[in-house]
Amino acid sequence: MHAIEFRNVDFAYSEEGQRDFRIRQLNFTVEEGEFVAVLGHNGSGKSTLARLTNGILIPDGGEIRVFDTLLTEKHLFDVRKDVGVVFQNPDNQTVASIVEDDVAFGAENVALPREEIGRRIDFALHAVGMEEYRHATVARLSGGQKQRIAIAGVLALKPRVMILDESTAMLDPRGRREIIDVVLRLNKEEKITVVLITHFMEEALLADRAVVMNRGEIVMEGTPAEIFERHEELLTYNLTLPRIGTICKRLREGGMSVTDTLDIASLADEIASNLKGGNAS
Amino acid sequence: MRIQCEHLSYTYNAGSPFAVNALRDVSLTIEEGEFFGILGHTGSGKSTFVQHLNGLLRLPSSLKKYKPKKPKKGETPPPAPVLRVGDYDLTDKKTDFRALRKKVGMVFQYPEYQLFAETVEKDVAFGLKNFLQKGEKLSEEEIKSAVSDALSIVGLDGREMAVRSPFDLSGGQKRRVAIAGVIVTKPEILILDEPAAGLDPLGKREVMELLHNIHGDWCKTVLIVSHDMDEIAENCTRAAVFSEGTVAMCAPPAELFKNAEALLSLGLDIPLTAKLVLALKERGIDVDCDYTTEDFIAKVLALKGGRA
Repeated sequence: MHAIEFRNVDFAYSEEGQRDFRIRQLNFTVEEGEFVAVLGHNGSGKSTLARLTNGILIPDGGEIRVFDTLLTEKHLFDVRKDVGVVFQNPDNQTVASIVEDDVAFGAENVALPREEIGRRIDFALHAVGMEEYRHATVARLSGGQKQRIAIAGVLALKPRVMILDESTAMLDPRGRREIIDVVLRLNKEEKITVVLITHFMEEALLADRAVVMNRGEIVMEGTPAEIFERHEELLTYNLTLPRIGTICKRLREGGMSVTDTLDIASLADEIASNLKGGNAS
Repeated sequence: MRIQCEHLSYTYNAGSPFAVNALRDVSLTIEEGEFFGILGHTGSGKSTFVQHLNGLLRLPSSLKKYKPKKPKKGETPPPAPVLRVGDYDLTDKKTDFRALRKKVGMVFQYPEYQLFAETVEKDVAFGLKNFLQKGEKLSEEEIKSAVSDALSIVGLDGREMAVRSPFDLSGGQKRRVAIAGVIVTKPEILILDEPAAGLDPLGKREVMELLHNIHGDWCKTVLIVSHDMDEIAENCTRAAVFSEGTVAMCAPPAELFKNAEALLSLGLDIPLTAKLVLALKERGIDVDCDYTTEDFIAKVLALKGGRA
């Protein structure tokens, strides 16, 4: 079953000059249980894609389905229960001053029974590794911890799809790793479908599949390795290779036979065999 | 202006249950003309340190109500802190902190959130007008030309941008406008807290390029606080690593990253080039480079040339 399906979707921002793109006849699917990375420079339409998926924005034409439910005003809240979104700024996503109240907010909003909310908080805090902070003050947490709380708040609704819209952009490397670890675990263990919108090429490498957006269109699609092989094309969309890709390319231009790899150990192996081979000849 | 700091300590919420020793006896000297990097985890004290440099955080002795404590008998008082930025003595209550702030520009994290005026020109001019001394006046023309110079050094077209609303710009452009609003007073030292955070890869590169344009004639000294080791390796003359309120290491990147194990043991990352150098070392190959991508590639290729 498709977790997300866009069929011929049209969308334009109504305010003149607000964005320099519009979405025309967009087709896009995500399978259940998949981990998809969405890449693109600032203003390429990545966030618009996320906002269309859970009905924050309503398309001008075409159909959007989430687990076969057509996204219409009538089904808006059913779809939002299935699709949780975590945004960029951790400080904008907390509503309560105590961690457990914050996590419970969404679940309370859909009027779950009290005991069930308690169980959901247990589950969500456990899933993001924040059980110890249940009674902590949100304001005193680090950025990465706040962002994990935001994820827990989404998880408490037991969504089947989770969209992370540059959720790691404002975090330091440690916070970023915390979030990525949690997301990978949710994808593998809880079988939650993940759409990860990111600028960090290194994060995209972890996905099953990557798509590249430019001016509201999907312009590239494939496994992360396939995408990064097409570096000339990536550059035309204002994206850069992960740094290791640049090094592979430059070494090859310098006459060394290395294949494109994104793994440090295998690049080191290739360089070593080049140098040692050179020695023998 | 040279930055000289010795025995600097700072405690947040001193005397309360939430007291945090953010800086412990920090000594660090930054020479005029450096492109200096400040590294460290969140909470390592790096922001607390840079906020001292333009008097956003003040030493107790520089406050009006300060009265020196008499040391108790038999107790040796801790060494007195020294904090000098150029000719300004930041431990002295007679120092003109307003004049200091004009010389030491500070760009906070996500500075684009601080844009507020209707037009880019008004926004950039605000800093300039704000720092006018009593009795000092600038004509409309002078302000216009200063604003247009500041916009052009950050890579924006002054004439085209001046009348636009800062809120209609792209993320990268907003950040440039915000930086222009700080450098318009021609500070001698420019401090930026994670100047490239949250931008896409191209935007990051552009911001680093514009900082190199500013560094030199416009601002003699540039300090960047960064989490990105590659950024430090590629750009800085020297870098200090903060850890738990102290300076754990301070050296040019080439030396700093040679000591990769020490950085890893502090829980910090190392640049990709340093990871490759380590991996090659395990395979019996020594690459002696300064950890910039350019130099790494050149040295590896030279090894091949040397052996063929």
